[in-house]
Amino acid sequence: MYAIIAGGGKVGFFLARELIEQGHEVLIIENVGERAEFISNELGNVVLRGNADEASTLAEAGAERSDVVVAVTGDDEDNLVICQVAKKRFGSQRTIARINDPRNEGIFRVLGIDATVNATQMMLSVLEQEIPHANLVPLLRLRNTDVEVVEAVLDQRSRVTGTALRDVDLPPESTIAVVIRDGSAFFPNGSTVLQPGDEVVALTRSTHEPRLRSLFFRER
Amino acid sequence: MGCGRVGARLAQMLTVAGHEVTILDIKSSAFGRLGPDFKGTTMLGNGIDQELLRRAGIERSDAFVAATQGDNRNIMASQIAQHMFGVKRVVTRIYDPLRSSTFAALGLHAISPTIIGANSFYEELTGDKAPALPI
Repeated sequence: MYAIIAGGGKVGFFLARELIEQGHEVLIIENVGERAEFISNELGNVVLRGNADEASTLAEAGAERSDVVVAVTGDDEDNLVICQVAKKRFGSQRTIARINDPRNEGIFRVLGIDATVNATQMMLSVLEQEIPHANLVPLLRLRNTDVEVVEAVLDQRSRVTGTALRDVDLPPESTIAVVIRDGSAFFPNGSTVLQPGDEVVALTRSTHEPRLRSLFFRER
Repeated sequence: MGCGRVGARLAQMLTVAGHEVTILDIKSSAFGRLGPDFKGTTMLGNGIDQELLRRAGIERSDAFVAATQGDNRNIMASQIAQHMFGVKRVVTRIYDPLRSSTFAALGLHAISPTIIGANSFYEELTGDKAPALPI
């Protein structure tokens, strides 16, 4: 695989080091001279000095024959533009961007960036998983969609307990896929009655997530 | 978005023409350029922050202009306005002619002061119409 990494900060540097170790061809684009020098001292001749958001730099880097362009600078706007230029002008197969502000995830998706990595969001998810019974925990987002897999442990507040599922007013485009009770999982049907303590795994569109949360956790 | 010389002047012209204007900048000192008689609203903050744009009333706006010094910031904010908020008329300043043509092809209405400036100089100097350069 030939990977172009835009941004030679810590993320770009360690990513390149691991990819090189795995035998991949890597080029880091870094615009600060000192940093570029440091990287080539550490990793060898794998640095191109320049601005990755300029088409001429990407051309010099051989973007049209690259398998993936990864944009990991510290600025969301730069990462977005790098990926868009790579896609539009060089037909990059795959673009991956680092996002700093979780709120920017939507616009990156709408504009066709293939994948995003967001450290803030990851930290949040881990933190939420650490707090038992607290909330709807996002487990994962299905590839290139706005469908999320979420998990919740029901308690006394849940408006979904004590009623057969067919009579529960679930938000649209939401489904309870699996219930884990006393350590074993089962697939619920219309006659299933949920209980406090049940762990439920649900599928929903991100737009309906707040309604699902309020159904699970708001006072009756 | 962006209360530099261009942004401030444009905001003044629009308010004088009777339009409702909100202007954003990350530095409060930038609003000094608007002068004491400015009738529009000023708002401190980054135009690529969707929450700030919402508070600025972007959902009911008819037009969005990105005129900061940063091409990428302008490009990102404009695409947010266009794709996340459905603003009908979006105009973006992009200094870099190459990026300007790339994003014009991606549906942005881009103005490149570099091209406009160089063309004006050429026309003043030679009296001829500026030729189009291959990008």
